[in-house]
Amino acid sequence: MEFPNLEYINQLAGGDAAIKMKLIHIIKTEFPEEKKEYYRSIEVGVFPRIEENVHRVKHKISILGLTKGYEVANAFEYNLRNLDLKGKEDFEKILIVITEYIKTI
Amino acid sequence: MKCIIIDDEKMARVILKTLCNEIQSLEVLEDFPNAIEAIKYLNKNRVDLIFLDIHMPNFNGLDFIRSLKDPPKIILITSDPNFAIEAFEYDFIVDYLLKPLQLDRFKKAIEKAKTKNLTLASKETSTSINEIENDFYISIDRRLIKIDLPSIYLIEAKGDYIKIKTENKDYIVHSTLKKIEEKLPDSLFLKIHRSFIINLKKIIDIEDNSVLIKKDVIPVSRSKRPELMKRLDLL
Repeated sequence: MEFPNLEYINQLAGGDAAIKMKLIHIIKTEFPEEKKEYYRSIEVGVFPRIEENVHRVKHKISILGLTKGYEVANAFEYNLRNLDLKGKEDFEKILIVITEYIKTI
Repeated sequence: MKCIIIDDEKMARVILKTLCNEIQSLEVLEDFPNAIEAIKYLNKNRVDLIFLDIHMPNFNGLDFIRSLKDPPKIILITSDPNFAIEAFEYDFIVDYLLKPLQLDRFKKAIEKAKTKNLTLASKETSTSINEIENDFYISIDRRLIKIDLPSIYLIEAKGDYIKIKTENKDYIVHSTLKKIEEKLPDSLFLKIHRSFIINLKKIIDIEDNSVLIKKDVIPVSRSKRPELMKRLDLL
């Protein structure tokens, strides 16, 4: 099981605390919104919208260093393009992990 | 290089701006959450480089590319390289970067953009050199007079002077045939006699040891004849 980390953000910020805080702030504010949007789209069942939501979250998954999680999201996004929900549960597990993690940063 | 960023994700825009700040030669003029706003901006402003996210809702990066009339260089930003393949049909696409962006890879893409700049610049320089080579300056009475090289059909040695005959006018210049021969392009001119240089394109006919150029019959040295024959397109 892999865990989110701030390695990429630290590397990018290069010791600049302001940049680091800005990036963390964006994740903390945008991720809950994106997650909410995703579940709303799942309820409605419009595949292109779900795909769009997954695509947006996918970038944050990679920023938080979840390499395997990124692959899971990628595969799910591909399946959604083919109107297939395969990979939904695994993707949603990642959402839970990130939700817990961002409470700590 | 003046650049703009187009990406619907705020996170991606901030990351790109952070990376751009690492490169001294880059100046981020604006960043846009959608391509429509960027098009409005580009209608009034010139930029050298665009960082463009391909995957955007409604009007995506490829739609944006197709809408550009005079596109600057573009670096694509994507999380899926398959999306970038179509865009590489366009020669103004410099590179594509995969999310999450890495500084080292980002620097390489910028170098590519700069190299593309240099390629264009060197092309322009060589064009201007060619243009200069098509012109020829001669000094007469302290004046520099420009002569169009292809218009010269004959140059004749006259003691310490040379006579340059062109389509429109003849010029007498204080110089030697040797000096002027060095400045003329080999592709167009040939010295066929110790006193004559001719423009090969202006030959009307060749008979035995002479050539007819305009109304001038010019002797061909025995030693120069093989070279002359080699340079002609004979059937």
